[in-house]
Amino acid sequence: MPETDSEFYPGGELNDEGAPRRAFVKLGMGVIGAGYAAAIGYPIYAYLSAPAQRAAEASAVTQTTLDGADKLPAGSAMMFRFGAKPALLIHHKDGSWVALGAICTHLGCTVQFESDKDRIFCACHGGVYDAKTGANVSGPPPKPLTAYKVEAQDGRIVVAQA
Amino acid sequence: MDASLSPKPSEKTGLFNWLDERLGIAEILAFARHKSVPEHKHSFWYYWGGVSLFFFLAQVFSGVLLLVYYRPGAEGYDSARQITYDIRFGWLIRSAHSWAASLMILAIFVHMFSVYFMKAYRKPREFGWWSGLGLLALTMVFGFSGYLLPMDDLAYFATKVGLAIPASIPVVGKFINDIVRGGPEVSSATIQRFFALHVVVLPLLFVPLLGFHLWLVQKHGNALPPSEEAQPASERRSIPFFPDFFSRDLGMWLIALNALAALASLFPWQLGPQADPLTPAPAGIHPEWYFMSQFQILKLFGRWFPGATGEALGIALFTAGLLLWALIPLYDTSTKFGRRARNATWLGVLALAGLIITTIWGYWEV
Repeated sequence: MPETDSEFYPGGELNDEGAPRRAFVKLGMGVIGAGYAAAIGYPIYAYLSAPAQRAAEASAVTQTTLDGADKLPAGSAMMFRFGAKPALLIHHKDGSWVALGAICTHLGCTVQFESDKDRIFCACHGGVYDAKTGANVSGPPPKPLTAYKVEAQDGRIVVAQA
Repeated sequence: MDASLSPKPSEKTGLFNWLDERLGIAEILAFARHKSVPEHKHSFWYYWGGVSLFFFLAQVFSGVLLLVYYRPGAEGYDSARQITYDIRFGWLIRSAHSWAASLMILAIFVHMFSVYFMKAYRKPREFGWWSGLGLLALTMVFGFSGYLLPMDDLAYFATKVGLAIPASIPVVGKFINDIVRGGPEVSSATIQRFFALHVVVLPLLFVPLLGFHLWLVQKHGNALPPSEEAQPASERRSIPFFPDFFSRDLGMWLIALNALAALASLFPWQLGPQADPLTPAPAGIHPEWYFMSQFQILKLFGRWFPGATGEALGIALFTAGLLLWALIPLYDTSTKFGRRARNATWLGVLALAGLIITTIWGYWEV
């Protein structure tokens, strides 16, 4: 193995004239290499991310209708999907309706409504949210749950993005 | 790259020393510096083992990507259909896997015949020859088992026909078939076990055998063809492995990559209708090109000797041929041109011509 680059090129030492050409070749090789990396990398990225892409398209909903959900007894809750994401519909004892995203803002577990304590609880790390507003009350959650607009209609509940 | 391979004293950093003391990098670099490869008018054929290796790596890579969505068993066809038509670029990954399979077998054949005609199987390289034949055999089983996985009509009938061959072996044929097929017919149970074979068992066998093969190449170096060996040592030329041979190897890999990309994208591999045992085999159905020769020979023997005799004779001939092929290093041992060396060369010509003629003949009759 030669100790200096010039030994690769019989016929002489590298001089100032060779340097720009060498830089040009290096740049060209880099550009071609990046082209190959992109031509191989992009299809693989698109292939692997296809389900995520599809889920993102599916979750790009602004409104969902829950037929028959108006029968939900006061003081209880049900899970539903808002797009691809789990959400929680609560019918409070005072007759009000609340819809919240059911993904804990701490580390993404699905939360549950505890009717006896009138709170939303995450079993993973003990996060607690207000059952009316979704505000984070205690435990690790850093942010409130996503709140949706709810409209109780005859025979159905309509949930929409706030 | 060269800088990292031959660190100048000033570049031997603390990190380099730290790693070197633990991993002996300097030793490896010194070794790489001294390794050389013969250079002569037949040197072109030295690159084909590397090309085979490239396609194997392409198979590992694309195969792992297919595993992300492929579901074996009853959902085999449906998941292959999803990969081909629903998942973005799924068609390209599948097409690349199918094309690289063919190209890998082609590269191995070129490698095998070039090794054969350069007489590189002679002492001390016999185990290189045998491990190479083992790798070729495993590659053919890879091809056969992978072919079933999409479970379209071609896959189904190809597997049925292919499994009829071990079935015709006297006495043990039925047992082999029951085990391989997993039932009286090719079904989702067959897919499941072919899948296990294709993605677990075969790689477990292939990778260590490949390691052994490469270790032997490393140990004995590239063989000189007899015409070069006849030259006086002073006339022989060689080039350093690093960076000369290595960069030419990479050049061949780049050509191989371009060929694969062009074939896979311009001629996407098709997916036929779902396999249905009640649908007759499509007209003109034939095996992949690398099984065409065997297919045609069996067909010819069936024609010349009707009934089970023809098939048994065809299989016997093939087995005998393979055995002779494998034992050639023990027959052609002399390093001088002699009767045995000439006979071995003629056997090679015969085998190559036989393979090509029966393959073309097979396509002619389809």
